[in-house]
Amino acid sequence: MSHAIEVEELVKTYKGSRRAPAVRALDGLSFSVEQGTVFGLLGPNGAGKSTAVKILTTLSRPDSGTGRVGGFDVLREPQKVRRVIGAVAQRSGVDRDATGRENVILQGRLYGMEIAELKARTHELLTAFGLGDAADRVVRTYSGGMQRRLDVAIGLVHRPQVLFLDEPTTGLDPEARSEMWKEISALARQGLTILLTTHYLEEADHLAKRLAIVDRGRVVAEGAPTELKSGMRGDAVHVSLCETGGDHAGRDATVHDALAGVTAVRDVMIDGCQLHARADDGARAVPAVLQALEARGVAVTAVTVARPSLDDVYLRHTGRSFAAADTEGETGLKKEGARR
Amino acid sequence: MTALAHSWYMTVRHIRALLRQPWWIAISLVQPIIWLLLFGALFRRIVELPGFETESYITFLTPGIVIMSAMFSGGWSGMGLLEDIDRGVVDRLLVTPMSRGPIMVGRLIQQALLSAIQSLILVGLALLLGADYPGGVGGVVILIVAGSLLSISFGALSSGLGLLVRREETLIAAINFILLPLTFLSSAFLQMSLAPEWIQTVAKYNPTDWAIRVGRSALSADPDWNLILSRGGFLLAFTIVAIWLALRAFRVYQRSV
Repeated sequence: MSHAIEVEELVKTYKGSRRAPAVRALDGLSFSVEQGTVFGLLGPNGAGKSTAVKILTTLSRPDSGTGRVGGFDVLREPQKVRRVIGAVAQRSGVDRDATGRENVILQGRLYGMEIAELKARTHELLTAFGLGDAADRVVRTYSGGMQRRLDVAIGLVHRPQVLFLDEPTTGLDPEARSEMWKEISALARQGLTILLTTHYLEEADHLAKRLAIVDRGRVVAEGAPTELKSGMRGDAVHVSLCETGGDHAGRDATVHDALAGVTAVRDVMIDGCQLHARADDGARAVPAVLQALEARGVAVTAVTVARPSLDDVYLRHTGRSFAAADTEGETGLKKEGARR
Repeated sequence: MTALAHSWYMTVRHIRALLRQPWWIAISLVQPIIWLLLFGALFRRIVELPGFETESYITFLTPGIVIMSAMFSGGWSGMGLLEDIDRGVVDRLLVTPMSRGPIMVGRLIQQALLSAIQSLILVGLALLLGADYPGGVGGVVILIVAGSLLSISFGALSSGLGLLVRREETLIAAINFILLPLTFLSSAFLQMSLAPEWIQTVAKYNPTDWAIRVGRSALSADPDWNLILSRGGFLLAFTIVAIWLALRAFRVYQRSV
């Protein structure tokens, strides 16, 4: 078996209520993860990443579609799936009134581990994650980064084949984040299959061997990060047309019109105040673009040229910039949270 | 077997958490003592009412306070489950091979153990204050079993309701709305034959009253085994139904994840 995770056409809708409409969290999500690799699910807030993880870890049931983890069907063989997976949810699931050691030991007990082996394993994990000194302190006294590392240690106690990490670095400070990146890379070197969800582009770029970009419950692009980026031929050209947002419907048409005649750029997209385009040679295309815009009287406040990034890949496939989608998703999530 | 072991691990987890909050333990042990002393003093002369069959009010009141405390400590246990849900602990546990039952039952067992200790303290205090229980150790054991069943059943109902409403404020309101009236619609403070007729009728269907009658009768010189077995049986059935309902509510919660 070469695939540790196989996901086909998952659909999941959360029922609406009087105040909030129904949310289609997954809309035909499909991807597969090769054994022993780190696979990234990259997408803005609200893209459906956590829902996918909940289904694959047997916590939630899809409306339709199938998921297999470690060769077992998540719907028909949930107990077998639970034995081969470790899961670190977006929300820490540690017991804050217990010590780090008690947390890990309790988890191991639930998998029926022998106490002597479990104690040794707990010691090994806590030391490996830099929690050796804090092992017998109540978790309430831990920092955010320590708590997150404990989450991962808890998820690993029974030596799972597949580890799910749902946004493992969200809310961590930069130092704790780079620490966590090191831990994840080390786990990957040991041959563990890891499904990592993140809304940080650099994180996916840095850690994932392959990744799927998820938007509105579907995979819009899949491949190795370098592959995805090189699929974006040439450079990205970003032009700022104004300081802040506003109604620019008329202007957008003018801009498109103006740039239609500039052969050095293609894939022109306007997203609020930002104009995005691609060019084989960004530096050469800029004067032509500026000239064309000036000729139509469009004011320009800034111009940047960049090598392709995952942000560009996202933009290309969804028509919106990652940052904008992320903020939009976040407000959506807040509304959903308020409903509960 | 596995489910039993898992329930026990959960019980140990809750006991440990409790032991780390000595103030909380102190308050929950002192509160029923205050009830006992307060109501005992306030209604002391109630036994002089014609028809009251007991001579010492403390003797009469103590089983009532024991059962009331057991019901209250169980009744609030949904709050702990809600906190575990909010912190993601429940979801983390559901991803392991553990099933739903032990997640809830572990907490109920811990509550029952706590109220058993409470009961022993209350009975001991009552004896110091001059109460007389010819039913002896056997009677105390039956009282504690009745209290535990009531604590577990109200704990299950409270957990189930918590899983359905998922909001602490709503749960607090509901618990406050239910617990105190159920105490006053029972023979906790007053011999039932002296209460208005409609209250006597309601009390017949009140699990709290079943538990109090069972305990009081078991402690008396001449236990009414017919009553103990029938009300005890109702209590057991009520507990089983409550746990079943709570597990159903857990399913509803899981579907919403």
